Amino acid sequence: MKELSPASRARYFRRQLLDRVMSGLCMAAAGVGLVLLGLILWMLFSNGIGGLKLSVFTNSMAQPGADGGLANAIVGSLIQVGLGAMIGAPLGMMVGVYLSEVGKESKFASVVRFVNDILLSAPSVLIGLFVYQIAVAPMGGFSGFAGALSLALIAMPIVARTTEDILRLVPQAYRDGAVALGSRENEVVRKVVLPAAFSGILTGVLLAVARIAGETAPLLFTSLGNTNWSTDLTQPMASLPIAIYRYAGSPYPEWVSLAWTGAMLITVGVLVLNILSRFSHAAVAGKSQG
Amino acid sequence: MTTPAAHRPLIGARRMHLGDTTFRISLFAAGAVVIIVLFSILAIMFAGGKLAFDTFGLGFVTGTEWNPVTQIYGALPAITGTLLTAILALMIAWPIGFGIAFFLTETCPVKLRGPLGVAVELLAAIPSIVYGMWGFFVLAPFMAEYVQPWLTSTFIWIPPIPDAFYWFTAPPIGVGLITASLILAIMILPFIAATTRDVLLSTPQLLKDGAYAMGATRWESLTGVVIPAVRGSLFGAVFLGLGRALGETMAVVFVIGNAIRMPDSLMAPSATIASVVANSFPEAEPGTLDLAVLLGLGFILFVVSFGVLAIARLLLRQERMS
Amino acid sequence: MTAMTKEVSETVDAGAPVPRSSRSAPTSAPVVNPTAALTAATRIKIQDVNAFYGEKQALFGVNLEVPDNAITAFIGASGCGKSTLLRCLNRMNDTIPGARVEGRILMDGTDINGQEIDPVQVRTRIGMVFQKPNPFPISIYENIAYGPRTHKLTSSKAELDDLVERSLRRAALWDEVKDRLGKPGLGLSGGQQQRLVIARALAVSPAVILMDEPCSALDPIATAHIEALLDELRKHTCIVIVTHSMAQAARVSQITAFFHMGKLIESGPTDQIFTMPKVEQTHDYITGRFG
Repeated sequence: MKELSPASRARYFRRQLLDRVMSGLCMAAAGVGLVLLGLILWMLFSNGIGGLKLSVFTNSMAQPGADGGLANAIVGSLIQVGLGAMIGAPLGMMVGVYLSEVGKESKFASVVRFVNDILLSAPSVLIGLFVYQIAVAPMGGFSGFAGALSLALIAMPIVARTTEDILRLVPQAYRDGAVALGSRENEVVRKVVLPAAFSGILTGVLLAVARIAGETAPLLFTSLGNTNWSTDLTQPMASLPIAIYRYAGSPYPEWVSLAWTGAMLITVGVLVLNILSRFSHAAVAGKSQG
Repeated sequence: MTTPAAHRPLIGARRMHLGDTTFRISLFAAGAVVIIVLFSILAIMFAGGKLAFDTFGLGFVTGTEWNPVTQIYGALPAITGTLLTAILALMIAWPIGFGIAFFLTETCPVKLRGPLGVAVELLAAIPSIVYGMWGFFVLAPFMAEYVQPWLTSTFIWIPPIPDAFYWFTAPPIGVGLITASLILAIMILPFIAATTRDVLLSTPQLLKDGAYAMGATRWESLTGVVIPAVRGSLFGAVFLGLGRALGETMAVVFVIGNAIRMPDSLMAPSATIASVVANSFPEAEPGTLDLAVLLGLGFILFVVSFGVLAIARLLLRQERMS
Repeated sequence: MTAMTKEVSETVDAGAPVPRSSRSAPTSAPVVNPTAALTAATRIKIQDVNAFYGEKQALFGVNLEVPDNAITAFIGASGCGKSTLLRCLNRMNDTIPGARVEGRILMDGTDINGQEIDPVQVRTRIGMVFQKPNPFPISIYENIAYGPRTHKLTSSKAELDDLVERSLRRAALWDEVKDRLGKPGLGLSGGQQQRLVIARALAVSPAVILMDEPCSALDPIATAHIEALLDELRKHTCIVIVTHSMAQAARVSQITAFFHMGKLIESGPTDQIFTMPKVEQTHDYITGRFG
């Protein structure tokens, strides 16, 4: 075998070095990501755990010194997120089913897909402004319902996209089999395709819920927040993100502490939802394989 | 005993079954709703902001003064802040995000790939208000105490033009353009990492094998073969990150300092369209110029985001479909 | 089992069909008199059928009579149109955008290719089995029950249980799955899945069953099971099978139709096609000159 000339060997060495250096840099980048995650989570828990007591869940927001909690904000968030998901998810699913099963590659479907992708990444502050103009200003007041509506508009494109992606993965063989057995178009979708895709669709919905649970900006313009206890959807309604926003920048240590606790609660909730969605997909998928 | 199908008379009429018709129409309507929503947003923003555009004309976009007291509103400071923070954030986030993506797809030990991928997705899932708080309570003081004085002392030695280097030598307040850019960078980092990883994963193994077969190192195969092949999608990922950065509100509002003036330094308190809208909204009465300018700003932001996201999608889908 | 495999290899090696009388199924069912098939009534009459995928024409003026209670095999090289014609028979081409079928396909006197006929009704009478077994990702029981439920063929759970059992028995699968009807259909082996799919098709009691290369994804033993099953089924049902294996066509069918480039070249009793083909092209295909 021919011996490598000194020049070739040097070149080879340089190339290997470059490769190693770059790999090292990439590993460093991954390290940066992990460190950041660790820093943020650590900060959240170290500041938030201290304030975690029962009164956070039982008492509503109150003046500093009055042993206030976040109960009304937590409930308000649950109501608005729940209602927003109930409006946005079914609508998103229908869009996803349309794109995958009916519209497919048609011109109209392409436009819907394009617009959906834009809405998916649209600034949430603008969604808030939009809902303000159509549901708050004309009605004469901020409302929990407007808040839920803005959250629905954010959830809808997410569910639409994940639903379409999942439905496309359902093997065409299932549809052919159902058609060959004399099923109508809507029966094929309802009885075969959707059940087969169920776990994936559920994952998409959970991810959308996780996303809207953490949204602050749209609620600023629609439900405004409320320092009192209220479950009235036609009135301004408290929410956890807004409570955090108002408390975090305030000069009262009590409030700031509550802001940290609230931030910790929201983050934990969102992360748990993310992990749950991952497992739901794996668990249900495993069952159908026998 | 039911009649076997073979002996039942073949029903003659062929009609579009009612169930199918309802099915198609309702789904079609859902698709239409999506389109209607987008155009409604554009229309409402424009209609609401019309007062601002009528009052200032093109000066609304080019004006540099934003003064609620004198009712003179120019959007340029906010627009500049938005663009500067987003672009700076991208410059910082892209190499790191790309490095993470490459690490995840190539050099990372297989067992660690799952957990690392999960970590990236968790980073992406953290609500933006938490990033804002972290920026406000941790990053800003850190910047004020360590980073900014260091920048000042370093750059002060560079021979004048002193004004140009004021960009690096302003008083160290902590909040300002650079801090906001950093927070934004951290926010879009997982996003870019995930999208780039998906793009890299979708390259056909054949391409990489071809490069390795010729004796290329991993890095050479990446830069020589893979990147050129998916260049469009990589740009798409970058544009997607840009689109997100442009519209981010809560993370920015805590750390940008909220001074609606043209920035003269990287450390200067500044503003973005999103932060202006969020901060000025409480004082804006319906029907007034105050609200109209906010809606006008919103319209500008939506148009810019729309453009960026449309480009991103074009680049990403092109290669996804092929 | 060795007798069966020996016969299979003999057929493949010799290139000529094995005489019918020595063929036997693993379950040793009695051999049917071959000429009886020729005198059976015509189930489907295909008249002047042309098929198009957009601008491209896939079938040119096909005329063919498919007899009842027999197996008719469509053979030919890839892309010759045999699968297309098969799909015309149950209007599956309707689901392909841009597909167009002209001509008449008569069953029981009605043109099932007519515009005024509901394809869904056609498919309740003409079932289909695909190349790759495609049970739904649900239990074995639910798979079989799908058709009867959709078309409301039974009025009580007991009736449905009964129908499921009968279908599985007809498909020679009952004994193997009777204790695990609730288990997922996808957990079965390839050959079992294909029999499950056949049972699913049988559950709606179709007059005709179409099979598009049903054994090409299966191993030889599973293939042998299916072929034995087909021999049983054809006593009560009309079966049309597309196959790329001439040996299979020779083994199972009573009538064979040879296609080439979208045209029906020759059709007739299987024996005759394989021993004394009338058209030279048929002869060339049979002897392996092309395809």
